[in-house]
Amino acid sequence: MSVQTPLSRARGLGSAKSGVEHFWHQRLTAVALLPLTAWFVWAVARYAGAPHDQVVTFLGNPFNAAAMLLFVLAGLYHMALGIQVVIEDYIHREGTKLALLLLTNFAAFAVGTICFVAVLRIAV
Amino acid sequence: MPEASPGSRPPAQRPLSPHLQIYRWPVTMGTSILHRITGVGLAFGTLLLAWWLVAAAMGADEYAVFESVSFHWFGRLVLFGFTVSLVYHALNGVRHLFWDVGRGYKVATANMSGLIVYGLTVVVTVAIWVGAYASMGAWAQ
Repeated sequence: MSVQTPLSRARGLGSAKSGVEHFWHQRLTAVALLPLTAWFVWAVARYAGAPHDQVVTFLGNPFNAAAMLLFVLAGLYHMALGIQVVIEDYIHREGTKLALLLLTNFAAFAVGTICFVAVLRIAV
Repeated sequence: MPEASPGSRPPAQRPLSPHLQIYRWPVTMGTSILHRITGVGLAFGTLLLAWWLVAAAMGADEYAVFESVSFHWFGRLVLFGFTVSLVYHALNGVRHLFWDVGRGYKVATANMSGLIVYGLTVVVTVAIWVGAYASMGAWAQ
């Protein structure tokens, strides 16, 4: 039995389970990713085929390391939000949906942490 | 399909309206579906990025393994797919941001911007790979 008024319930947890945060964070990361992606594409084109010592020197620069980690951070958050929508659109069996949403978020955190450790190990 | 709630009758077998395969694909339908497909593809692409960074962090031996795969033709193909997806998703994302502020909704405008994104995707992707091979040539010397 809830003592909330219908209005406060609607403001907190409506049928959509959230407000505009999802939409806004998707756009926030999208805008952030435009310049970061331009930099990333340049970096990969220049260094993905480079000798190992050149890659290490490149990522050893604090600005390059920071740009790479910002790209990873914004990219994985954008990814988790986007994949969540795809799952919710196509998977209607509650258990499967929940499992995939958990997997998406765990994967985002795992890949993100691995990228952070790798870049920091080179740069710090 | 949403599961039917207990006690509800099965859906009546009425004729359905013509579905996807019978329509001529409008530009906006293709760009929308491609945006989603490339987005899902890029989600898996993050694993490639993580591998690259980890290989670089672990040392020359580990990095040699990454190189042997990325220099293989199939590795190249996957990387090319990753590039096309990233470029398309980023460029088409700009269209979505314009729509978010209420611009570019006219059918003719939306079709034109979609075709422009297709064209730019090809140009930018080719430019990236020409640049990448030029860099590799420079490293090799």
